[in-house]
Amino acid sequence: MAEVQLHQIQPESRMKSLKRRFVKYWPLLLLVMIPLALVFIFNYAAYPGLRMVFMDYKPALGYEKSKWVGWGMFQKVFSNRDFFRALRNSLVFNILSLLISFPAPIVLALMLNELRYPRFKKVSQTILYLPHFLSWVIIGALAYSLFRPSTGIVNVMLMNAGVIEKGIPFLTEKTHWAVTYLLIGVWQGMGWGTIIYLAAFSGINGELYEAAMIDGAGRWKQMLHITLPSIKGTIITLLIMNLGRLMGSNFEALQAFGNSQVREYQYQLAIFVYEKGLGNGQYSLSTAVNLFQSLVGLILVILADRFAKLMGEDGLL
Amino acid sequence: MKKKAEINNENISGDGTHAVTHFKVSDAIMMLIIALLCATCIFPFLHIIAKSLSETSAVAAQKVFFWPVGFNFDAYGAIMRDGRITYSIIYSAIVTVVFAVLGVIVTLFAAYPITKKDLPFRPVITFLLMFPMYFGAGLIPTYLLYNSLHMLDTVWVLVLPLLFSTYNMLVMKSFLSSNIPISLEESAFLDGAGYFRILFKIVVPLSKPIIATLLLFYAVGRWNSYGDNMYYIKLNENLKMINYLLYQMVSTANDSQNLAMSEASAVTTNPEVLQAAAIMVTTLPILVVYPFVQKHFVKGAMIGSVKG
Repeated sequence: MAEVQLHQIQPESRMKSLKRRFVKYWPLLLLVMIPLALVFIFNYAAYPGLRMVFMDYKPALGYEKSKWVGWGMFQKVFSNRDFFRALRNSLVFNILSLLISFPAPIVLALMLNELRYPRFKKVSQTILYLPHFLSWVIIGALAYSLFRPSTGIVNVMLMNAGVIEKGIPFLTEKTHWAVTYLLIGVWQGMGWGTIIYLAAFSGINGELYEAAMIDGAGRWKQMLHITLPSIKGTIITLLIMNLGRLMGSNFEALQAFGNSQVREYQYQLAIFVYEKGLGNGQYSLSTAVNLFQSLVGLILVILADRFAKLMGEDGLL
Repeated sequence: MKKKAEINNENISGDGTHAVTHFKVSDAIMMLIIALLCATCIFPFLHIIAKSLSETSAVAAQKVFFWPVGFNFDAYGAIMRDGRITYSIIYSAIVTVVFAVLGVIVTLFAAYPITKKDLPFRPVITFLLMFPMYFGAGLIPTYLLYNSLHMLDTVWVLVLPLLFSTYNMLVMKSFLSSNIPISLEESAFLDGAGYFRILFKIVVPLSKPIIATLLLFYAVGRWNSYGDNMYYIKLNENLKMINYLLYQMVSTANDSQNLAMSEASAVTTNPEVLQAAAIMVTTLPILVVYPFVQKHFVKGAMIGSVKG
């Protein structure tokens, strides 16, 4: 508002200031054109393609000649059984992952923070960050060579030890698969996820701990009343980001872990979009689901952000 | 007992975080948990390395755990002879390096201008750069766009679309705004230097740490992703990056219990051994550089976390 008023009252001087800033910053404006051009060419230019959700898009006919169907494609989506299966799997998986994957780095960071032996702490951090740098293909391949029912080393070791008689189908039976996949996701993100919390811990004033000690607070009391409150804002920010991903799914991870026996649970929205779209050529159906997915994600982020701000936190947006 | 004494020594020397004077049972439990978690990160690799260096018969008899049985390099030899993998590794390395260098340049060109508070149209530019992160057009519209740009089945589709990354821009921006003294730039400007010169003579030399970090972020991201290979590279086998190639090898293996592998399977070696060697070859670049560059990564992640 203030800017608008200024513009009305002193048009010349505002123009002058703009001109002066142009003269000063023209090289930077020229530079920023390069990333802007990239976003326009590779992101914004794709948005008009979204109109296909109101069409029955046929690749052979293109956007011009394909038939308009109004909301018909969405009716088709909401009567599609595969869609509900994918939606169910995505939601259930993401909620479980929110319950387990989200707190895991917090617990791990608290433990790392309590370690009394700096060299041990450093080495274990280095090792725990490693899974973050592995591609999902590698993680998938490692997991299969560990967990195959008859030849996987975990099953072989358990059978040699006489703990089990038959191999556990960690990755070849759908319920086992779901648990294994979830836990491997925790394992992959846990170490790297601690960095953000450890950074917050390092900013805590040491005098707080000294004062707490004098007051007789033990380790758990200190953790509860000093360490944890210091990361409240960080936790809320990350929670918002995670809520936004409630509809999302990790295509590369799912794809690397998939096999035909576990398809019932592995079939999440990203797989639906890929298979129906690029696999089956049902472009409009796939895009409608994709759009639904990103819109709900966007709304969730905005709502969570509002909520965080109501609670007196910084929020994200 | 000796370990315990050492731990207490460390404590006295003041390296620890906050002071708790005695090594307690809770310390031992936490160290044990963390050691176990570390083991889960190391042992899978030891197993794969052992497998890749073992005799075929020993692997088939499930005698190989964390140490090679009948040590040999046959599987690696077979991979070297299978030209496809060697080619793909060299090709992937080139794509990765080019991508990382261009990516950092683009990031710098986006991040530096928007650190200037009085840049004309700054809010609009920032919004335009940020928006696609929150709302993307989706797979099919993007696919059709690349098709109409004639980028499918070209190497450009693996390089250009991902060059600009909002996250990396924010990391770079928060580094620049807290590490480059404005007075230095302003005085250079008053001395008649234009912003091109200020950027390349002052800002870039002062940003070496973040440039290194982002080069690594970009490189690891490119090396590891294979989704876009799957979407956009259909016909030209030569354009598939190593992780996608490995995916194709193992995904068929995941389904059928007996593992099949491309041309290399014609060689006498056990496919399981070959697969282990292929996994190692694909991971090796990351494992080799990782210990040395790890601290750069952590720095970058911390900068990114301070203000997203």
